[in-house]
Amino acid sequence: MIPASFEYHVAKDIAHAIQLLASSGGEAKVLAGGQSLIPLMKFRLAQPVALVDINRIAGLGGIRENGELQIGALIREADLEKNPIIRQRYPIITDTAAVIADPLVRNMATIGGNLAHADPANDHPATMLALRASVVAQGSKGERVIPIDDFFLDTFTTALRPDEILIEIRIPKPAARSGGAYLKLERKVGDFAIVGVAAMVRLDESGKIAAASIGLTNVGLTAIRARNAEETLRGQVPDDKVLAAAGAAAASAAQPVSDLRGPADYKRDVVRVLTQRAIRKAVARAKGGN
Amino acid sequence: MAVETAPTATTTGPKLRRIRVTVNGAAHDVDVEPRTLLVHFLRENLGMTGTHIGCDTTSCGACTVLLNGRAVKSCTLFAVQTDQSSIATVEGLEKDGKLHPIQEGFHQEHGLQCGFCTPGMMMTAVGFLATNPAPTELQIREAISGNLCRCTGYVNIVKSIDYAARKMRETAEGKA
Ligand SMILES: Cc1cc2nc3c(=O)[nH]c(=O)nc-3n(C[C@H](O)[C@H](O)[C@H](O)COP(=O)(O)OP(=O)(O)OC[C@H]3O[C@@H](n4cnc5c(N)ncnc54)[C@H](O)[C@@H]3O)c2cc1C
Ligand code: FES
Ligand code: FES
Repeated sequence: MIPASFEYHVAKDIAHAIQLLASSGGEAKVLAGGQSLIPLMKFRLAQPVALVDINRIAGLGGIRENGELQIGALIREADLEKNPIIRQRYPIITDTAAVIADPLVRNMATIGGNLAHADPANDHPATMLALRASVVAQGSKGERVIPIDDFFLDTFTTALRPDEILIEIRIPKPAARSGGAYLKLERKVGDFAIVGVAAMVRLDESGKIAAASIGLTNVGLTAIRARNAEETLRGQVPDDKVLAAAGAAAASAAQPVSDLRGPADYKRDVVRVLTQRAIRKAVARAKGGN
Repeated sequence: MAVETAPTATTTGPKLRRIRVTVNGAAHDVDVEPRTLLVHFLRENLGMTGTHIGCDTTSCGACTVLLNGRAVKSCTLFAVQTDQSSIATVEGLEKDGKLHPIQEGFHQEHGLQCGFCTPGMMMTAVGFLATNPAPTELQIREAISGNLCRCTGYVNIVKSIDYAARKMRETAEGKA
């Protein structure tokens, strides 16, 4: 399959990329890992008049802990998965990167593209909701920081303006006694999620849940934050009964539709089960376990 | 009577872009359309048909090549993106009439039947073994999870990769 013709531009730096995007009148697209965009172009579901290749921009490929965690937009999933800072201090991100597509796709696919694409089936959005991340965008009007709750507007639609580039993801430093986990059920290795659940918890000194945040993958038009489930957990000891209530709450927040990956009822029940498992794992990690 | 001028598109054709790519050590300067996928560039512009197109939808891994040492699906990459890069394909595995350990592995362990998936399997394995020279069976299985084989089954493919890993370690130790 051969995509429609397009103009190809290699952006030298961020300013150049923004200028190229701005001058295209909204008709150009950023090319990062290409693992979502190129398949769409091959099916001609996307026919951008121009591509702005950002892969050669220096400075978008770093991971730094600098008060908060800063992940450059061009970090590839394979590098995220192996990064020692992430493995040690943000294992929920390692959980997520490791179950995205297959190792070949992960050698190209970028975290910035995963968020900017805003496919509800993508795995990072739920994890970033749970991590209370923010997204740094740069455009002709300058730089702005978008809280993750305001970032996903609809399927394939984000708060990014046509001349804006996602340059970095920022994640608050993990608090003491906090932990997180991402669990995904897939039909076969490398497939998109039937359901995915990201959970972050912070425990108080007595072992009660001081704060929790929960994100759901592929059960709505965007990744969903299950606020009602978070509420259920606050101030509680995470025993079986509390976990069951949180699972039920998350299931009621999900809006799955029936498709090849299963009927809506089934998916809702998977949300219920995976939510409990993800919280249990997050609590274990908050206590220093794995 | 006014002479009609043909629209520019038909007179000039698509806009080409000159790229320089090193494939298996040899540099090529080629003019390509931006929409040319790397796999078509290799097969059609360079005549190197060892890299296969299976699914054409980023699912099967038959088109896997190494881009600057990393295994990637060449059906999901534009050739223009690889300007100034180095690419390794199955054609470059054999050196001076001697099979690469991965080829020897597939031969010894019966890692192929029809051979369609084999170039992609081997390139994935070469990229993987460069980062993990002593993998477990599980790690090998995980590494080839983006490559589909429809006839051999995976048991012998896993054995072939393990064979290559052992052979490459022995050679490395012998040299040290
Ligand atoms: C076989 C297969 C299986 C997959 N399975 C999964 C899976 O299980 N889970 C999962 O999460 N994903 C999966 N993916 C998707 C993959 O992770 C994509 O790579 C990802 O969705 C997009 O990242 P990219 O870097 O490839 O972006 P691209 O394809 O380059 O871009 C995607 C979109 O985002 C825009 N964009 C990219 N980067 C930026 C930026 N920095 N600023 C502004 N806009 C930008 C582009 O313009 C485009 O619209 C799969 C893909 C394939 C091919
Ligand atoms: S042909 Fe490229 S992944 Fe199947
Ligand atoms: S050997 Fe035939 S598809 Fe793998």
